[in-house]
Amino acid sequence: MADRRFHPETLAIHAGQIPDAATGARALPIYQTTSFVFDSADHAASLFNLQTFGNVYSRLSNPTVAVLEERVAALEGGRAALAAASGMAAEAIALLTLLQQGDHVVAAGALYGGTVSMLAVNLAKLGIETTFVDGASAEAFAAAMRPTTRAVFAESLGNPSLAVLDIAAVAAVAHAYGVPLVVDNTVPSPYLCNPIALGADIVVHSATKYLGGHGTTLAGIVVESGRFPWDNGKFPGMTEPSKGYHGVRFYETFGDFGFTMRARMETLRVYGAALAPMSAWQILQGVETLPVRMERHCTNALEVARFLQSHPRVEWVNYPGLPEHPQHALVARQMRPVAGAPGASGLLAFGVRGGYAAGIRFIEAAQLMSHLANIGDTRTLVIHPASTTHRQLDEAQQEAAGVSQEMVRLSVGLEHVDDLLWDIDQALAASAS
Amino acid sequence: MADDIASLRRILRTSRTIAVVGLSADWFRPSYFAAKYMQEHGYHIVPVNPRYETILGERCHATLATIEVPVDIVDVFRKTEDVLPIAEQAIAIRAKCLWQQIGVKNEQAAALAAAAGLEVVMDRCVKIEHARLFGGLNWAGVNTGVISARRPI
Repeated sequence: MADRRFHPETLAIHAGQIPDAATGARALPIYQTTSFVFDSADHAASLFNLQTFGNVYSRLSNPTVAVLEERVAALEGGRAALAAASGMAAEAIALLTLLQQGDHVVAAGALYGGTVSMLAVNLAKLGIETTFVDGASAEAFAAAMRPTTRAVFAESLGNPSLAVLDIAAVAAVAHAYGVPLVVDNTVPSPYLCNPIALGADIVVHSATKYLGGHGTTLAGIVVESGRFPWDNGKFPGMTEPSKGYHGVRFYETFGDFGFTMRARMETLRVYGAALAPMSAWQILQGVETLPVRMERHCTNALEVARFLQSHPRVEWVNYPGLPEHPQHALVARQMRPVAGAPGASGLLAFGVRGGYAAGIRFIEAAQLMSHLANIGDTRTLVIHPASTTHRQLDEAQQEAAGVSQEMVRLSVGLEHVDDLLWDIDQALAASAS
Repeated sequence: MADDIASLRRILRTSRTIAVVGLSADWFRPSYFAAKYMQEHGYHIVPVNPRYETILGERCHATLATIEVPVDIVDVFRKTEDVLPIAEQAIAIRAKCLWQQIGVKNEQAAALAAAAGLEVVMDRCVKIEHARLFGGLNWAGVNTGVISARRPI
């Protein structure tokens, strides 16, 4: 009998965690320990040689953290996953495992600011160059590929641009050049979009956002598809004896989870950005309810977007779930349907009539929407990028980053939508004065 | 072809002796990793490799034919094109399962063994499957596909 293919609602609750072998505890125990005893010298040697699976030290692996890893791997339809202390740490681990000095990256232009800094500044310092291209054009990715290109990087749903990546088209470009497509899938979450099913090879998340959903805990995760042919000649670090881990050939030894094992033993182990067990447990409390939360985020956001479209104090609305969004057909193809419409997650942006000053007045008049720089919380969050996250840029640079003076970004939460519409309406009224 | 969780569990649970064809004595080779792991988990490993005297403390056999004990699983770490004669030997020694490792996919050998009543597993690692189904692989963040409300006993 073929194995049952469980639905994401079931995987979100069960994947990675069976009742504790030692105690029978049904809820996930928090293994708050740095280290694990060896049964014998031979057992220790086997663990260090990776001949047996087991825990040595919580910077490498921890049973509580491993449940989060397996659960997100299952939700993404991936082969294996590796958790990290934050979304940025996860991204760094993925890229530092893939890349070395002299390598080149092709990345979508409108990315989260922290990611742009990592590619354009931090990795550049290590001799890894990035070409930024128009993320809406698969041809632009193809035109930027070089013989030294070793990764293509993009966001499935851009933050704050809300640009939608044609994952299958860009994956085809990357694969034609024998390199993996790395997709940041933070904004849709694995419930609304599975980049691996569309051709992506590695998926990264800031689990701080929708996966946790409560705004209490930082975490990140890297998921490997298990399908990339690492022995294509471009990734000797995957096929040759590892200098960083006494001669192990990761692809030959671990096969379709070789990248994750290499990321764990060469990168996480050395750079140390491990996720705390308590943090993994907190994120998992959120993951259990991810599917029901994402549905409400989507329906609330769509209703807010429609309300804003009809509001006289609003110049424009950018929400990929609106039929008027220029990439709506792509959204419909790539995202899970929610209540009869493509589930486009909870982020939207709009322009307040009256420019920069009106944008600030709107924010300051909000009563229950929280003014802060995060997304994916149960609470509705609001920010005016031109006066906060992007204020160090001049107006021309802001325009290039997709930030206009009147732009307000909402991360629509789980409050009753009528209360949200009320708060938005009164804040828009205040923005006029 | 045994490819689902229940069948793989049954094969691994009812087997005790594994003849590992192509087992290397080099500690960093995948065959050594797998055999050492299975030995540590209580299986009797019988190395089959004419190049060595002993591996993992067990006497090596040049072929399956000279093994004196009943063999449950013939675990094949050889090139796909070399598997057919191994399948014939596995049938001759009345092994219960022909197991071709990851990347080893000889359909003809599998069909021959299946026709002779052997269980057949292909393109899977015996160690990874054991760790997936009986615990261990989940510690490495791998998606095991196991969903269960029972303790792993």
